[in-house]
Amino acid sequence: MAKKPRVMIVGGGLAGLAAAMKLAELEVDVDLMSLTPVKRSHSVCAQGGINSVNDQTRQLGDDEWKHFDDTVYGGDFLQHQPPVKEMAYWAPTIIDLMDRLGVTFNRTPEGFLDRRRFGGTLYKRTAFAGATTGQQLLYALDEQVRRWEVAGRIRKFEFWDFLAPILDETGRCRGCVAQDLVSMEIRAFPADFLVLATGGCGLIFGRSTMSMVCTGSAVSRCFQAGAKYGNGEFIQVHPTAIPGADKLRLMSESARGEGGRVWVPRKPHDPRDPRQIPEEERYYFLEERYPEYGNLVPRDIATREIFNVCVNEGLSVDPDRQAVYLDLTHIPRSELDRKLGGILEIYEKFQGVDPREVPMKIFPAVHYSMGGLWVDYERSADGGLVPAHPKNQATNIPGMYAIGECDYQYHGANRLGANSLLSCIFSGLFVAPGLKEQLEHLDSLASEAPATLFESAQRQQQHRHDKLLSQEGGGENPYLLHQQLGDIMTRTATVVRHNDQLREAIDRVLELRDRADRCSLSDTGHWTNQNVVFTKALQDMFPVALTILRGALLRDECRGAHYKPEFELPGLTSDDPAERRRQAEQWVDAFIEKNQKWLKSTIARWDPQQRDVEISYEPVDTSLIPPRPRLYGLVGAETIEEVWRERQQRASEPAGAGAAGRS
Amino acid sequence: MAETHTSSATPESFEVRILRQDGPGQASYWERHRVQYEPQMNVISVLQKIAAQATTADGRSVSPVVWDCNCLEEICGACTMVINGRVRQACSALVDNLLRYENPTEIRLEPMSKFPVIRDLMVDRSRLFRALEKVRAWVPVDGYYDLGPGPRISPKVQEQAYPLSKCMSCGCCLEACPQYTKVELTQEPGESDEAFEARKKAAYDQAFIGAHAISQAMLFNMHPTGKHEAAERLDQLTAPGGIQICGNAQNCVAVCPKEIPLTTSIGRAGRAATLHVLRKWFDG
Repeated sequence: MAKKPRVMIVGGGLAGLAAAMKLAELEVDVDLMSLTPVKRSHSVCAQGGINSVNDQTRQLGDDEWKHFDDTVYGGDFLQHQPPVKEMAYWAPTIIDLMDRLGVTFNRTPEGFLDRRRFGGTLYKRTAFAGATTGQQLLYALDEQVRRWEVAGRIRKFEFWDFLAPILDETGRCRGCVAQDLVSMEIRAFPADFLVLATGGCGLIFGRSTMSMVCTGSAVSRCFQAGAKYGNGEFIQVHPTAIPGADKLRLMSESARGEGGRVWVPRKPHDPRDPRQIPEEERYYFLEERYPEYGNLVPRDIATREIFNVCVNEGLSVDPDRQAVYLDLTHIPRSELDRKLGGILEIYEKFQGVDPREVPMKIFPAVHYSMGGLWVDYERSADGGLVPAHPKNQATNIPGMYAIGECDYQYHGANRLGANSLLSCIFSGLFVAPGLKEQLEHLDSLASEAPATLFESAQRQQQHRHDKLLSQEGGGENPYLLHQQLGDIMTRTATVVRHNDQLREAIDRVLELRDRADRCSLSDTGHWTNQNVVFTKALQDMFPVALTILRGALLRDECRGAHYKPEFELPGLTSDDPAERRRQAEQWVDAFIEKNQKWLKSTIARWDPQQRDVEISYEPVDTSLIPPRPRLYGLVGAETIEEVWRERQQRASEPAGAGAAGRS
Repeated sequence: MAETHTSSATPESFEVRILRQDGPGQASYWERHRVQYEPQMNVISVLQKIAAQATTADGRSVSPVVWDCNCLEEICGACTMVINGRVRQACSALVDNLLRYENPTEIRLEPMSKFPVIRDLMVDRSRLFRALEKVRAWVPVDGYYDLGPGPRISPKVQEQAYPLSKCMSCGCCLEACPQYTKVELTQEPGESDEAFEARKKAAYDQAFIGAHAISQAMLFNMHPTGKHEAAERLDQLTAPGGIQICGNAQNCVAVCPKEIPLTTSIGRAGRAATLHVLRKWFDG
């Protein structure tokens, strides 16, 4: 019997499931591996929605190009533009597909998809299913994958932990080693292509809005095997989360999209019931500072403003912990239940307070990794991507691909709300034809590679496992080390970053890295041992933590989620028009200089000898939309914009028709 | 030392009794742990503390308790267990409420009883997912190419479908159901993984399918494209292990954390199944 090629997908969230079902449709045999039953993947936590241009916004002047533009502007121009353009142009068809798959999107009275507005745009682009859009999208894909499983096209390996990619002597990826979380069996899986779809790395920050599987360990294991990691320092801190002892639970941006207002009492720690505080004594700081976008400024800005109002201005609503009000109480109960039921239930359930009656208390929390495994793409003549090209979503390790949150491709320095579900499904669907194309021209199958390749890879992992179980006398507790790592990372590498703190953090993380080698396990058994699995994940957090810290330390600028006050370009201070104009010219000069220096992708590589990361940089393809200043709320924005426009005009005149994009 | 508390006071610490089991087929045993009280704890943070201290109330070093969890927002369904005798998610079981309203000194944790225990509080719920295969819980689309938008759906239908599609396959409805009984098989010596898998599926298919799957069948029979396979789903609902086994105890709807109208689904499924059987008689 002739053997057939197989693709191994690691991770069963939106990206992994989308890739699996598309490959199955293309008659490719797929293995799908996940730490949890795929239906319980972290994508279920996404609440708000998924963006695309639609018939209604189109008639208000919107188009795919504007969605593309909002995405790169929101991301502070750090993404390569062709993949983002391709994604924006695919978005309407992706939502059509999800609609056909039975996603229970909210409807208009006439039966069309209802849309809401999200941060960073002026259009109502976001389709949603109550406040559990991620759950509903994931279920639709889970159902299709189950259908293919019954048809025999997809095999699932749930409760399996990815331990390492297997590279042959030429450096090509030939499969992976993984461990059964129940029986603890370690097994090699030959695969002709390996697709990583393992999501973000929030657990490196201890508590975040991410699920318990989001340790980043699978990505780290590929990184340690030689995969490049891009833009690691860009970590999105979501402006609105509910503080909790075990987890910081997300309060979706849709709460603001549906009219939620963020405020604090003007009087610090005003002890009154928030409902008793009159309107004029409330400080709606986002609305006051950003009249155009109001409560719907992009996430990085909302986060910093909330952080600032609490930490620097001392206006937290509680004296003993940081929080601001997110207020929905002016919206009718029935409307709230219909549009936001799911997320309001979460607040009520975990805080014991009804947010329809009492303003919620929220504070920012680590939420999304914009950075991730470096992946390639093939640019088309019109500035999008060449479909079915082998380079699309390919890591630098031949045969290894990455999609979804674990790649670095789509969100640049900051992700717009309701774009992550889109990028996950898009990259999952888009990677499949390129793999199919190559499978038809393989020289040899992984399953026919020498058995020694797989045996030695398996043995290496077995050795690591056995050594951890048997080592004695180290005395380190992996759970406590994890807490310490999380504290350091949260303190130094989230909303505001300072070089001295980052330097100190690196030293402390290196120290923790070495201590984590000496973990003593409280469970040394050979059956469903979660202790050893967690310890391995913890050890593998350090390469990614160092990638985040070193990237942040070197990047001396402010861009998107990466904010270093020391290198901020301040707003204009003068009231005199001529002087103001001069300041604006200076501002623009400084902005251009900053981009020349820092508009580049951070690329980390693992140095196994030093057990540390090396950072280099790569240019960013900004050929479609020239980078422009991101001026949300800056003092003097109009003058700066004027100067900027004049300069752009001057620059384009002698060159003639230069712009690659449309307007 | 046992202390008594009034319901309003917060204790310094409280006891957690856990029903442990080292592996499938082994005897279970109770173990006592003492946990320092902190504000805003839930059962997950209690288990995390127990994992970190790895010492029982009487000072013995033990391996950390095994349990399943992921999202901690009561939306993934993973951390379902029996807490103080009631099945629910550990993440949304708040310690303050458990101590205030249920038992001021102790929290009792057990694995679900209707699924085979893997270890401690972790159980094997593959039967639950098998039921979704059986009832073809999906929309049978032609494929994933761009074929335009889906069918138009009125807000009324959406509002009916949405609650059903929030089912997170947690298993609460099955744990509470008197007709849903445990099916536990063990792999024979020499039996391949594939053969064991097939034998398990065959056994699951003979046993009661459960409220969650009946409700999912109704969800897809309601969908304009999904209903193209309505007859096949009803065939499954009237096959062995089907809806006829439901004893109408209505426990399922009472324990569902997502408040899914499971008994409404069962009622509708029952009527549709009856019509389906009659139609099959008359059509020969």
